[in-house]
Amino acid sequence: MIPYLACVLLFLIGLYVVISKRNLIKIVIGFSLIEYAVNLFFALVGFKKGALAPIITQPEQVRMGVARNFVDPVPQALVLTAIVIGLSTTALMLSLAMRLYEKYKTFDISEIRRLKG
Amino acid sequence: MLELYLLLAVMLAAALVASETRNLLAAAVALGLVGFSVAIMFILAQAPDLAIVQIVVETLTVVFFTAVILRTTDVDTTVTQGLKMETAMFVAAFLAFGGLFLALIIGVLQEIPRFGEPVMRIAQEYVQLGLERTGAANIVSAIILDFRGYDTLGEATVLFTAVVGVLTVMRLASRKKPGEF
Repeated sequence: MIPYLACVLLFLIGLYVVISKRNLIKIVIGFSLIEYAVNLFFALVGFKKGALAPIITQPEQVRMGVARNFVDPVPQALVLTAIVIGLSTTALMLSLAMRLYEKYKTFDISEIRRLKG
Repeated sequence: MLELYLLLAVMLAAALVASETRNLLAAAVALGLVGFSVAIMFILAQAPDLAIVQIVVETLTVVFFTAVILRTTDVDTTVTQGLKMETAMFVAAFLAFGGLFLALIIGVLQEIPRFGEPVMRIAQEYVQLGLERTGAANIVSAIILDFRGYDTLGEATVLFTAVVGVLTVMRLASRKKPGEF
């Protein structure tokens, strides 16, 4: 229960950064925090006490029922691609922020809005 | 499980530092601290594949942030010294919202299996048949590339789109002369 709540808290911190900060880089950081919170939550949902990583070291293991002693591989498979996607979306947001800085010479979104007229 | 709780505390503290510091470079480093503690927690949660990917991705993330900050500015001008009335009221409102959100989430978390005891109905089949059907000893890669291959195809499309977006944004402005918008 406590690990889940820590994930929720990290999500809330990220949400706070996204909606309250006026600096573009801070907003990108907030999105990254939200993404980490969700990834970590999924990985922890699949965790099983005293279990091993889902890698079969000997084929006999499956027959002998050792396979029951694995953590849940499904959330791990879902998160694995989500991590890489998170990197690419972060890169996209950062490149947009850099172009905005080149045009307006500031990361402050209220300044950017004012200059637009 | 003590390590897990310590890392969760480090992660939350680093996230707060990343959100409140005035120096953007320090914020990027604090974000890296969050990401690497998540990577170590993946190892503790018996997810070595995730930990490897997270370490690589986190390194790249910090490098990207550093590259952008070094080309632009590293001072967050929106962070001011002292407490402003507007900020304090927003923080109070957000704390109220966060408290409500947490209360609802605690109610929801009672419904899902408790921490450390997952229901593995689908996973049981993947583990039993994974090696036989796909020939992959690593069940996670068997799921990604075989059982749920269409998921991976869709996510690869998103990845491709994002990369094309980055390339477009970075090229667009460099073709123009400086000073021209």
